[in-house]
Amino acid sequence: MEKIIRGRVWKFGDNIDTDFIFPGQFMHITDPEETKYYCFKTTYPEFLEKAKPGDIIVAGKNWGCGSSREQAAACLKYFGIGAIVAESVARIYFRNAINLGLPILIAPGVTKIVEQGDELEINLETGEIKNLRTGQTIKAQPLPPFMMEILKAGGLIPYLKKKIESGEIKIGE
Amino acid sequence: MGMTIAEKILAKKAGKDIVKPGEFIIANVDLAMSHENADMVLKNFVKLGLEKVWDPEKIVIIFDHRIPAETIKTATTHKRLREFVKKQGIKHFHDIGYGICHQVLAEEYDKPGMLVVGTDSHTTTHGALGAFATGIGATDMAMVWATGKIWLRVPETIKIVAKGKWPRGVYSKDFIIYTIGRLGVDGANYKAVEFHGPAIEELSISSRLVITNMSMEMGAKAAIIPPDNKTLEYVRKNIGTDFEPVYPDNDAEYEAVYEIDVSGLEPMVAAPHSPGNAKTVKEVEGTKIHQAFIGTCTNGRLEDLKVAAEILEDRKIHPDVRLIVGPASLRVLKEALKLGLIDTFLDAGAVIIPPGCGPCLGKHQGVLAPGEVCISTANRNFKGRMGSPEAFIYLASPATVAASAIEGKITDPRKYL
Ligand code: SF4
Repeated sequence: MEKIIRGRVWKFGDNIDTDFIFPGQFMHITDPEETKYYCFKTTYPEFLEKAKPGDIIVAGKNWGCGSSREQAAACLKYFGIGAIVAESVARIYFRNAINLGLPILIAPGVTKIVEQGDELEINLETGEIKNLRTGQTIKAQPLPPFMMEILKAGGLIPYLKKKIESGEIKIGE
Repeated sequence: MGMTIAEKILAKKAGKDIVKPGEFIIANVDLAMSHENADMVLKNFVKLGLEKVWDPEKIVIIFDHRIPAETIKTATTHKRLREFVKKQGIKHFHDIGYGICHQVLAEEYDKPGMLVVGTDSHTTTHGALGAFATGIGATDMAMVWATGKIWLRVPETIKIVAKGKWPRGVYSKDFIIYTIGRLGVDGANYKAVEFHGPAIEELSISSRLVITNMSMEMGAKAAIIPPDNKTLEYVRKNIGTDFEPVYPDNDAEYEAVYEIDVSGLEPMVAAPHSPGNAKTVKEVEGTKIHQAFIGTCTNGRLEDLKVAAEILEDRKIHPDVRLIVGPASLRVLKEALKLGLIDTFLDAGAVIIPPGCGPCLGKHQGVLAPGEVCISTANRNFKGRMGSPEAFIYLASPATVAASAIEGKITDPRKYL
């Protein structure tokens, strides 16, 4: 995982729910790779037409509220979204993103200094977010060390696999 | 300093004397539930390269979301999971038609003091029976299947105290819609909620399940009702006797305390497109509807069907309306049949669907067209939730939905009670 993430912004408002991100009618798609073709498919088709891998999502309060469907995080990860930065994030969405190795940061105030199409630079380790158009910066809440470890490993599964193989986590006790 | 119910359960499951909000813990899971999304769990589990799940007795898999299979993809998912369940010796597997996951858990598995995780956001439901129950993702669940453990942040707890006398025509559904409207759709994000007070104690177990189910719509990580005699009797009779109820300490610390007097409540709806868009039925009365749906893990229980059937008895639904009724479980369906409720619905002009989620998630069995309006007893009315993103969904109690189906427009149920 790169420490510095740079990308163009797609900006969203408050309370963007999982049905909006990954509409329920595509819930039968359970192959994570395949979910990338359905991000905002019926709700915001412009995204799939114009977004590029490496782009960054900036959102308002309560990003990803609603269902626990992991597809809503997987679709953006496999699409290649570099990071999500939001004023706040719904609980299960936050878990899912970390578990999938998709950087997600909570930065109250971020929507005030970022506009659609801006270029951002994010330092995952320090949490510093810089708007390359305006030069303004803002700091995200730091992630606890073990979450950084999961992100660095590329997600919970590779993280767990390493721990099982090294004997740090014992199976069958 | 004392602990809340959530803190006490989590401390116990993490093998600690005390935990504090904000602390990260690794906890031992008592019950791990998945529905068809077990398929996504399975894909992750396979990557770990393990032969066996941690404990086949503690895993429950229930097919409810897309039943009977509506696409070849779903049919293949079902098939793959049936094979997996057999191979792993997972006994607690319920195939199509048995019921909605949350209803089945409340009928057969939940016990006070348990740590329940489910790959479904409405897993908060099980707090009505005194468990700490929370929704997790498929990758999380793969870790649980492998190790029986989960990482959790100990949440702050909010206390909601409900007082007063329930007015006629006002149900726990109206209460929770009102509460979500008041606290906001992120009003309990990352938090546990405890519901206390005489107005809660008065409610049946079914009505309590509505509240904990829908607490998810204000972001709650868990929603817990302290187990009282009603809970203990229900669990002993239906589920088992080997449990230890957990109660908050007198000096437990709450992040916030809200008091709600139910005496002043009216029938409510959550108007499009948010469960937090709470309005009184009066404010939207007369809105024309095309579909009415009584069912789901929120309000598809026997108590709900009874209320609706009383209103629909010897009446017909409006000719421009489709009414869909989905009993929440096989048990509910059988009891409803015995009581003649199903006849009442059929005579009124309803369509009965098998126990499962039905049109709740917009996959099949009642998808909405652009421009259509649905009034539903479900818990979510997001844009596109039941099909077209240009459809409109109002959430309400079974009484309000039944009355509206008769009149073809949103109707105050009190005139039929
Ligand atoms: S009935 Fe609706 S809310 Fe409940 S589990 Fe099924 S899809 Fe989810």
